[in-house]
Amino acid sequence: MTHSTQEWNDVPGAVLSARDIRVTLSGKLILDGVDLDVAPGEFVGLIGANGAGKTTLLRSLLGVLKPTSGTVERPRRDARTGGVGYLPQKVALDVDAPLRARDVVALGLDGGRPGIPLHRRATRKRVDETLDAVNALSFAEQRIGEMSGGQQQRVLLAHALISDPALLLLDEPLANLDPASAYDIVTLLDRLRRTHRVAIVITAHDMNLLLPVMDRIVYLAGGRAVTGSPEAVVRSDVLTRLYGRPIRVIRAEGRVMVIADDAGIPDEVHHELPAEVAGASGSSGLSGSSGGGL
Amino acid sequence: MFEDFMVNAWEAGTIVAIIAGVVGFFVVLRGNSFLAHAVPHGAFAGAAGAVLIGVDPLIGLGVFAAGGALTISVLGRRARSDVITALSLAMMLGLGSFFLSRSSEYSAEVFSLLFGQILGVSSVQIVPMIVLGAVCLAAVGLLYRPLLIASVLPEMAPSRGVNPQIITVVFGFILACATTMSVPIVGALLMFALLVGPPAAARFVTRRPVTAIPLSVLLALVTIWASIALAYVSDWPVGFFVTAISALIYVAGRGVSALRRRVPASRNTARVEAEAVAA
Repeated sequence: MTHSTQEWNDVPGAVLSARDIRVTLSGKLILDGVDLDVAPGEFVGLIGANGAGKTTLLRSLLGVLKPTSGTVERPRRDARTGGVGYLPQKVALDVDAPLRARDVVALGLDGGRPGIPLHRRATRKRVDETLDAVNALSFAEQRIGEMSGGQQQRVLLAHALISDPALLLLDEPLANLDPASAYDIVTLLDRLRRTHRVAIVITAHDMNLLLPVMDRIVYLAGGRAVTGSPEAVVRSDVLTRLYGRPIRVIRAEGRVMVIADDAGIPDEVHHELPAEVAGASGSSGLSGSSGGGL
Repeated sequence: MFEDFMVNAWEAGTIVAIIAGVVGFFVVLRGNSFLAHAVPHGAFAGAAGAVLIGVDPLIGLGVFAAGGALTISVLGRRARSDVITALSLAMMLGLGSFFLSRSSEYSAEVFSLLFGQILGVSSVQIVPMIVLGAVCLAAVGLLYRPLLIASVLPEMAPSRGVNPQIITVVFGFILACATTMSVPIVGALLMFALLVGPPAAARFVTRRPVTAIPLSVLLALVTIWASIALAYVSDWPVGFFVTAISALIYVAGRGVSALRRRVPASRNTARVEAEAVAA
């Protein structure tokens, strides 16, 4: 066992530094020598197919999962910084648990401290500000278990954010959100890494919203990680190889769209249609979209 | 109802209710009702063993309660914890029946460990109760926030420096401590009822943890006081009243919760309808 964990980074400039992480779970090699350095304020997207080891890597970076070998240097908690903030992919919450959104967020600030909390005005203000930052102030008094998945996600993000972490590890934080809420969260994260220099490592299956803000993409396949700029990774050929299924990247009007192409089924249907029907459906589709544009 | 021998009953009942209300809040929050069943009932076997070899039953209770809680929390870590709890409980009860079979003349004393003997509490028994109860309260007070975060958000607790696995073991000991002090007074069955019924009812009424704990204590107090009074008047066993009132309070709590959920919804509907009419 060569694993060791240091709580402070000696790589200059990096807030997180992982070296040669190997993880074997139930005899299966999940991560096979992963290196990762993240600088303050950097926005890193972690992608890969289901089972590629994204969650395993995040848990190793957080320190709840001890790698079989390798080292992780992560920011430690002290008076100034909350260390690492973490948002897991699935959080099972009891519907009747007597905890309001603001109780959950306050636990993110002082959940590790002994004694019964006597929250002063300053603490309550900080809880309110953090809830406001994730647009959750309107349901601050609600029970956490009675909220929708998207509301819970925002409250849990506030829980992870309130301690002013130097690094945020977010596992599918956009999965339960409608497009508008997801956009708000991405905008908030982008603002935080600029104003507070928070480093962000985020996994997401739908990377369209993240494309404008990501500095770097780390993709996991076969237990190894490959790092590249979004331009280098978000390409039809690279993503198709990574996921082992056809994926199409469309660039138009300065925007990038990633689409999982359903093995070209619409094209085949199109080809089987008589020419005039196909032409008619195509033109009606066009007029429909131009109508939507107006 | 307030004669000398009854004073002890009121005192003992009050102490047990306070501890059960506080510890029970975390039992229910953590989904540990089965553990709260296993530890008191398993501990009864320890008391039976202690009676057999002529040791203070309190020591047997303490050893089995702590041993059972430790076994379940450590073994349950890497396997289905309900399976481990069930097997531990069955094994301890089996040991208990073995001990009982060897010491038939003391079976009345052991019987009271299951169903309680609150009306026969002596003032000598009150002192260890107060000590163990104070230890329980101090531990919960000290670990209040780590217990909350480890119980509700076990996956996020490590980033706040709380190891949920350690909390699981520590809470097992707190539960063992609460069991040891209360089983000689109210019995294993009643302790189980008090640890689950009143705290579960309190959750329906309030959504704040700092209010839910005192409310849980209050409901436990009401349960045990009413049970003692009813048992005195009717001459029926206290255990019957404690379990019945615990269950009734839980049902009442659910009723409150159902009303609470319906009222705001109908208000919203009314407002939306009014807005629609106005528009």
